[in-house]
Amino acid sequence: MGHDHHHDHDDHSHLSEIELRVRALESILVEKGYVDPAAIDALVETYEVKVGPRNGAKVVAKAWADPAYREWLRADATAAIASLGFIGRQGEHMVAVENTRDEHNIVVCTLCSCYPWPVLGLPPVWYKSAPYRSRAVLDPRGVLAEFGVHLPETTRIRVWDSTAEVRYLVIPRRPAGTEGMSEEALAELVTRDSMIGTGLARQPEAVR
Amino acid sequence: MNGAQDLGGMMGFGPIAIEQDEPWFHAAWERRAFGLTLAMGATGSWNIDMSRHARESLPPAEYLTSSYYEIWTKGVERLVVAAGLVSREELTCGQSLAEPAPIKRVLKAEDVPVVLARGGPAARPIGQPARFTVGDRVRTRTMHPQGHTRLPRYARGKTGVVELVHGTHVLPDANAHGQGEQPQWLYTICFSGRELWGEQADPTISVSIDAWESYLEPA
Repeated sequence: MGHDHHHDHDDHSHLSEIELRVRALESILVEKGYVDPAAIDALVETYEVKVGPRNGAKVVAKAWADPAYREWLRADATAAIASLGFIGRQGEHMVAVENTRDEHNIVVCTLCSCYPWPVLGLPPVWYKSAPYRSRAVLDPRGVLAEFGVHLPETTRIRVWDSTAEVRYLVIPRRPAGTEGMSEEALAELVTRDSMIGTGLARQPEAVR
Repeated sequence: MNGAQDLGGMMGFGPIAIEQDEPWFHAAWERRAFGLTLAMGATGSWNIDMSRHARESLPPAEYLTSSYYEIWTKGVERLVVAAGLVSREELTCGQSLAEPAPIKRVLKAEDVPVVLARGGPAARPIGQPARFTVGDRVRTRTMHPQGHTRLPRYARGKTGVVELVHGTHVLPDANAHGQGEQPQWLYTICFSGRELWGEQADPTISVSIDAWESYLEPA
């Protein structure tokens, strides 16, 4: 018992510098009463379990299936997305941009990591990394190629650098051969990357 | 400020490291760093622009060699010290050495859903007309402020077209420094790739930024 106690609380030699640093910070903030550790658990659980790109996929599938919803989404994305229950932090001011045969949209935040949390969840590491942030605005076609996306040379590429509190959601092109599919089935075709613009929607054969 | 966070157009960082089936967090400490940052943000001791500035004013070499949640952790450390909530000595020794300072509010677990749903809208109606309208040609100012700004270096002194008008939003350049929200009209400005990067640029690309009115002048 005494040995276990010692091991748990005093011997941190197996922890990295950043682990020690975060642990120290949390223990000071909790001890001073600024932070409730249960609130940290609840925040983490929200973004690990409840929020993610399935939300955005529902928005896109509905836009594909329902022309009136698509119009609303293009005109007032914040309200149209809120109508499906996806609201709040890092999605307060939404704009939806639509890929067409002639134009492909791709979203980046060159200055930090701005990303539409309510519809996509927390951003992947690559989205926050220097290679993506530096090159998405300079060489988006090269960036797309790294993701395996090769567009015709004539397709215009439109990059949205999220420098304010506006968050962008890409509506990917609806794949051919999906006529008559339910919204639920369509949502299965919508990947996270297709809503950032670094991917395309999946073909229906790929999910059957 | 012209810090290391302003990455647009830089070269030499290598390929994009794409991870299949990426987990939301890569280590237990990242979960705590994420939750701590949001929980402390919810205390109202600073605003989002102050917290961005705290991260972005890390020395460039440190910013570029720190992982994302390391940057967040260092940001919170700077903010709690600047706000007088924690001392440097306490951070160094890893424990509280003094009575807590007064704090506006403490986020409780049961309030997390409501607080996240409310978010932090940046729109502030000011009843002042917009200077520019969709389709106007504008030029971004050439400026190198010592303080916080959201006008990236690659898009300074460039001519573009107003594509969207978003309403009036909190100005980060002021809000990051405790100078009030000073809301201004916010626009999406679209530039051709050639305007930003020169004649060698791919003629099919265009890039937009979101820019506050004081970043712009008529072109």
